[in-house]
Amino acid sequence: MADAGRHPNIELITNANIENISGYVGNFNVTVTKKARFVDENECTACGDCVDVCPEVYPDEFELGLSSRKAIYQPFPQAVPSSFVINMDQCLGTTPIACGKCADACEKKCIDYDMQDEVIQLEVGTVIVATGMEVYDPTEIDEYGYRRYENVVTSLEFERLINSGGPTQGHLVRPTDYEMPETVAFIQCVGSRSVKRGNPYCSNICCMNTVKDSLMIKDHWPEVDVKVFYMDIRAFGKGFEDLYRQSKNRGTKYIRGIPGEIREDPETKNLILTVEDTLTGELQEHEVDMVVLAVGAVPRHDSAVVKKLLTLSTTSDGFFMEAHPKLLPVDAATKGVFFAGCAESPKDIKESVTQASAAASRANVLMAQGQISSEAITSVVAEEICSSCGLCVDVCPYHAIEVDKANKIPAQINEASCAGCGTCAAECPIQAIGMRHFEDQQIFAQIDAMLENDPEDKIVVFACNWCSYAGADTAGTSRLQYPANARLIRTMCSGRVDQRFILHAFAKGASMVLLSGCHFADCHYISANRWTQRRVERLWDKMEKKGIRPERLQLEWVSAAEGQKFATVMRAVEDLRTQVTAAEIQATQEALANA
Amino acid sequence: MSEKPSNGESGNGAPRVGVYVCQCGMNIAGTVDCEAVAEYASGLENVVVARTNKYSCSEPGQQIIKDDIRDHKLERVVVASCSPRLHEVTFRTAIKEAGLNPYVLEMANLREHCSWVHMEEPEAATQKARDLVSMAVARATLLEEQIEAVIPIARETLVIGGGIAGIQSALDLANAGYKVHLVEKEPSIGGIMAQIDKTYPTMDCSI
Ligand SMILES: Cc1cc2nc3c(=O)[nH]c(=O)nc-3n(C[C@H](O)[C@H](O)[C@H](O)COP(=O)(O)OP(=O)(O)OC[C@H]3O[C@@H](n4cnc5c(N)ncnc54)[C@H](O)[C@@H]3O)c2cc1C
Ligand code: SF4
Repeated sequence: MADAGRHPNIELITNANIENISGYVGNFNVTVTKKARFVDENECTACGDCVDVCPEVYPDEFELGLSSRKAIYQPFPQAVPSSFVINMDQCLGTTPIACGKCADACEKKCIDYDMQDEVIQLEVGTVIVATGMEVYDPTEIDEYGYRRYENVVTSLEFERLINSGGPTQGHLVRPTDYEMPETVAFIQCVGSRSVKRGNPYCSNICCMNTVKDSLMIKDHWPEVDVKVFYMDIRAFGKGFEDLYRQSKNRGTKYIRGIPGEIREDPETKNLILTVEDTLTGELQEHEVDMVVLAVGAVPRHDSAVVKKLLTLSTTSDGFFMEAHPKLLPVDAATKGVFFAGCAESPKDIKESVTQASAAASRANVLMAQGQISSEAITSVVAEEICSSCGLCVDVCPYHAIEVDKANKIPAQINEASCAGCGTCAAECPIQAIGMRHFEDQQIFAQIDAMLENDPEDKIVVFACNWCSYAGADTAGTSRLQYPANARLIRTMCSGRVDQRFILHAFAKGASMVLLSGCHFADCHYISANRWTQRRVERLWDKMEKKGIRPERLQLEWVSAAEGQKFATVMRAVEDLRTQVTAAEIQATQEALANA
Repeated sequence: MSEKPSNGESGNGAPRVGVYVCQCGMNIAGTVDCEAVAEYASGLENVVVARTNKYSCSEPGQQIIKDDIRDHKLERVVVASCSPRLHEVTFRTAIKEAGLNPYVLEMANLREHCSWVHMEEPEAATQKARDLVSMAVARATLLEEQIEAVIPIARETLVIGGGIAGIQSALDLANAGYKVHLVEKEPSIGGIMAQIDKTYPTMDCSI
């Protein structure tokens, strides 16, 4: 921490909010507001004279409310920067008449009640998102009585309780009577691995944290009994199993079963846990002095802000999504943006540091080149056709398009931000947008060539490059056999597929059309495939109105790994194809010809 | 290697297309009648040369394409072989070396999407291969040269969040000589780790 504070190449901007980020890889413009500290960060020597005189006492958030601090305070003793800060909402008043005691007490005169927020503009080539995580709040698990029973604490609170710098100077005491507990129980997976409450995923750190805490207790207070209630102990990392074994050898009891309920003895404030030991099937009761809930990790409550500013995606668990889970694990889908630490998924320090160095290296690779060339698959506006309606602006997942509707200025594409999904081109109602290398006429030519002979035998498949086309490749490498009637047309994203392509295929006599893209969470263009879905839904309605059976247009999500699914879809669509009659095709062609 | 030079020249101002049907050893040729596909391709509009090739991606395979680009003044190239996800870069580089813009290449996927998935139906597979090549030629004819945009990259980084991860990234990049702006919401950096005393697996102090 201190190294980062004094590094000549690092500008530390604390107490600050990112307000805006515009631009694109290589050239991001960032607006940061550095909130006023009311204490001169460079002059403050952290002597603490101000704190002694401040009359305002508040719960200390660093200690999770387990102790108190003043309205002027140092966040924690090793803070970087070490400077004090005033919480102005808690300060009695900014004029010496109201209070002003701290300003009087400060010999160096570092305190300035009139300090203003500072707006800082940055121009950067790359961005690393290391916004971390939060811990699960177990209040909603009513049967554990967190907040109702004082001796039920979270694992993070417990960290502070046994921390030599913490509110009890590291003495193990329980909150109700400040006595050392005889028995401490840990309950694992609180808020994790449950589809009912909390989150379905494993939080990755809580098992080992409990193992660590049990060892720390046994180190310092060997007489304290420790019981751990768990579903599975996940000690998967290097050296972890060894620690787990040590913990067991040193007398910590591991009981396989998650307590259904905690009750408090109103007299002793002891806690009674009811649990089924799932190894023996036996129903047990355990009376303990204190319970630690091993709470899981959750995405930060405010992560939507950064997500929006950098057009990031999140996976279903709410953590940021990497560009590829195996091959690009620290890259964001937005070029020039990388992830480090728990912002991407819950992980421990070692993994966070590893990922952080990987992210730094990825950023370095880009910046060391000094420039990059981007694939020439971007959209282009025909300004003479564009009516400035602004539809394209709404659908672009990258905010790469600007339109001045009021002044009827045609759409402008920022080529560096455009990732080339083609959704704008497909949505533009008057064909004012083209996609370089995936132009309308190129795709129409493929359809025409495919359907030149025996169109009724053919299934026209539009497959996105990243998932469905790759899924078809996987079917091939796995030698999965399926009927030979389908022919694929590759587009970068399913979002590129204009409804005119599909109708053209039907007009040319195709029996079936399949449109296939990535699963929603996997879309390589953030959320472009949502527009695919909407477009297909609109088209199904339209087909119905024209008397064309909507089943003749199929929509499927196939991932790169799902070769099996691709083959199954191929068989299913071929089945549907055999049900399409020559008369039906002719009727369709007539209906479309009259349109 | 069999060769079927086309009889006609494209002539009408449309681009001159060369088609290379890859056998991929027996991977494609074991199911698809590659000679028949090349024969069919040579009859397609704008195609001035169509050949089969044992391994198009091999050095000699690429050389044949490069030589044809010069000898037949090819303007568009269709390689009917494996998935473009595998070898598009290979062939783009090859035609670029022979003086063409890398974007005038089109591939037809005769292996992953055809010979490997229709092994029991050689005739249907061969018909599908013809269609795939015809589609590729149709598209290739309309392909345009593209210039890739070159974007300069500022040698500065923004790190959002000053937990252990942000600190580590910032230090690495700062030590590599870049200017780093480390922005932290709270009055101090440190994140969750600052709240923890001893940490696994080393059981020592975290800060
Ligand atoms: C109870 C508990 C015990 C643990 N014990 C251990 C252990 O023993 N060993 C171990 O290896 N790991 C342990 N961990 C895990 C460890 O804490 C994490 O791996 C580590 O803290 C992750 O660091 P991070 O930088 O990714 O995130 P964080 O520590 O969460 O830091 C993120 C930082 O980003 C800031 N930030 C967030 N959003 C913004 C924004 N928009 N703008 C500016 N700044 C922002 C936050 O204020 C914070 O300072 C434990 C975790 C918990 C909860
Ligand atoms: S790490 Fe252990 S306690 Fe945490 S969620 Fe996973 S299994 Fe449960």
